[in-house]
Amino acid sequence: MTNTTDPAPGTPLLQVEDLRVEFRMRGSTVNAVNGLSYTLAEGETLAILGESGSGKSVSAQAVMGILDTPPAYVTGGAVRFRGTELLGLPEKKRRTYRGAHIAMIFQDALSALNPVHRVGDQIAEMLLVHRGMSRGDARKRAIELMERVRIPSAGSRANDYPHQFSGGMRQRVMIAMALALEPDVLIADEPTTALDVTVQAQIMKLLRDLQDEMAMGLILITHDLGVVADVADRIVVMYAGRVVEQAEVRELYARPAHPYTEGLLASVPRVDVRDRALTPIKGSPPNLAAIPSGCPFHPRCPRAREERCPDEVPALRDVTGTGHGSACHYAEEVLGG
Amino acid sequence: MADEILQVENLVKHFPLTQGIVFKRQVGQVKAVDGVSFGLRKGETLGLVGESGCGKSTLAKLLMALERPTSGSVRFEDQDVFALSRAELRRLRRRVQMVLQDPYTSLNPRMTVGDIVGEPFAIHGDPEGGRRRRVRELLEVVGLDPDHVNRYPHQFSGGQRQRIGIARALALRPDVIICDEPVSALDVSVQAQVMNLLADLQKEFGLSYVFIAHDLAVVRHISDRVAVMYLGKIVELGDEEQIYDHPTHPYTQALLSAVPVPDPTRQGTPIVLEGDVPSPTNPPSGCRFRTRCWKARDVCATDEPLLQVRAPGGAGDGEDGGTSGSPHPSACHFADEKIVRG
Repeated sequence: MTNTTDPAPGTPLLQVEDLRVEFRMRGSTVNAVNGLSYTLAEGETLAILGESGSGKSVSAQAVMGILDTPPAYVTGGAVRFRGTELLGLPEKKRRTYRGAHIAMIFQDALSALNPVHRVGDQIAEMLLVHRGMSRGDARKRAIELMERVRIPSAGSRANDYPHQFSGGMRQRVMIAMALALEPDVLIADEPTTALDVTVQAQIMKLLRDLQDEMAMGLILITHDLGVVADVADRIVVMYAGRVVEQAEVRELYARPAHPYTEGLLASVPRVDVRDRALTPIKGSPPNLAAIPSGCPFHPRCPRAREERCPDEVPALRDVTGTGHGSACHYAEEVLGG
Repeated sequence: MADEILQVENLVKHFPLTQGIVFKRQVGQVKAVDGVSFGLRKGETLGLVGESGCGKSTLAKLLMALERPTSGSVRFEDQDVFALSRAELRRLRRRVQMVLQDPYTSLNPRMTVGDIVGEPFAIHGDPEGGRRRRVRELLEVVGLDPDHVNRYPHQFSGGQRQRIGIARALALRPDVIICDEPVSALDVSVQAQVMNLLADLQKEFGLSYVFIAHDLAVVRHISDRVAVMYLGKIVELGDEEQIYDHPTHPYTQALLSAVPVPDPTRQGTPIVLEGDVPSPTNPPSGCRFRTRCWKARDVCATDEPLLQVRAPGGAGDGEDGGTSGSPHPSACHFADEKIVRG
């Protein structure tokens, strides 16, 4: 893991700057990511929160360099790992970062694993290819990894196929695979969305433990406001391919500074509160082939005003002086309640 | 009970597991629903909550008489629905309707919205004032533009599609709607719209809902009473406050503790259950939850705990059984209230 030159002190572990991704389809262009910026510090958990079509998954795939081109094109921006720009790298060079420095796990483990190979072999293959280990060593290490993600009787289960595992165990296999090369950044894309709540609790605990053990930066992509509140240090809220708000987790839930975040918090039912009135956000998330002008949230926003919102795209700005960012013209009013 | 519109008694559904193609041998059975009883009161919402494989969707199909049970009965206004003739069953279907989870696959993509919402009339006869007028009325009731009757499902968003499904369910003016995960495929901001719509419709038309979902927060929000299911059985039944604020079954407690709440200052410590849900083909003896339960003792493997109100102090069952403030049925030998989140 030392094949990069030492970055200058203070360089973030991962830095995404003004990232833009579009899908060129017949007759239309879908603007999935429209100038996304964030940073991830060593050992930090950053949550990227957004609904369907917010660009949260596509942006992660762009960071990993696993978008299919065509139809997806990264049209601008930068992705820097410890200061090294990844976007311009030739594929051969880029591959040395994928898995070894930045790894990713997905919502659907069953389709992320190869159904016709034993899981032990699939994990070992990473080590054969990237580390040049011998077959025997790779297998031993694969079993160690399966133990590390707390799969019971890992030695014999290494010979099983993905379909022989339950949903939660399959997710553990995928995590073992992602950790095989001891990455510095783990991107988890809705890792527990398909799981039952008791299994979700197991997997989130595992991810937290592993993050501590391995001192990884973790990017958690999710739509679940509960999971975010539970595990994140910092949150980036995405809407229509942009960051609309970012803040430290307690700050964001206590003092949302964007009407969209405010609306999300008012529309979730809670297991710990009786008779809570829900105030939904009107309308639906926007069509990315026809993003509204000005502030993309203005057609759904209860605070929108004719004079600025439909025409002027609000920039993400620090609205408290303490790093709480909001992309709303009237963020100060939102903060005021 | 007179005020119960739907009564479910000791309902059992076992699916045979077979091996071989020509000479099918039965090698076991999946005990999807295994002795479930409850009543649905007029005008209430009964939430059914449980994890995947607990039998909640099979139960929904039984309630709709889409599956025949292995044993037990479902009575709608005191008629056994499985004893009805085809014609009688068709009349029943006007009164009991269903809303499904997936707004993308539960609507025929080649039919216009008007045809989808109007289809029940093709089977049950046109309403007074004509089909077209009623369809427009229904679209309006669920918050869609009546001028969109000639559009196709793909021209609508997920939330709007779920509204189309609800309009279709309302078409025949039913008394009961079985909702099977009606909001789980929707985005948070849209989910609240659909939940509010369901609540408004209930008030307006005096509907009774059976609301099946895996999301405990959604179920709490919409339900008057809640039944918690595990491996084909109800383990705890009570009103919404009893279940969420005074749970007595360890499984309910574990479930509630595992749900992260959208407030960083109020995170509890989850009771992390070991392992996975056992297979419904061969459920554990005695209490089905005992293999994952931290309270399990010898008696749990031998005696099946019945779903009953357990007196404070656990008379007859165990030394620390019983509920304190809010007695309600719980299927645990050692039922005891536990505050999950302070």
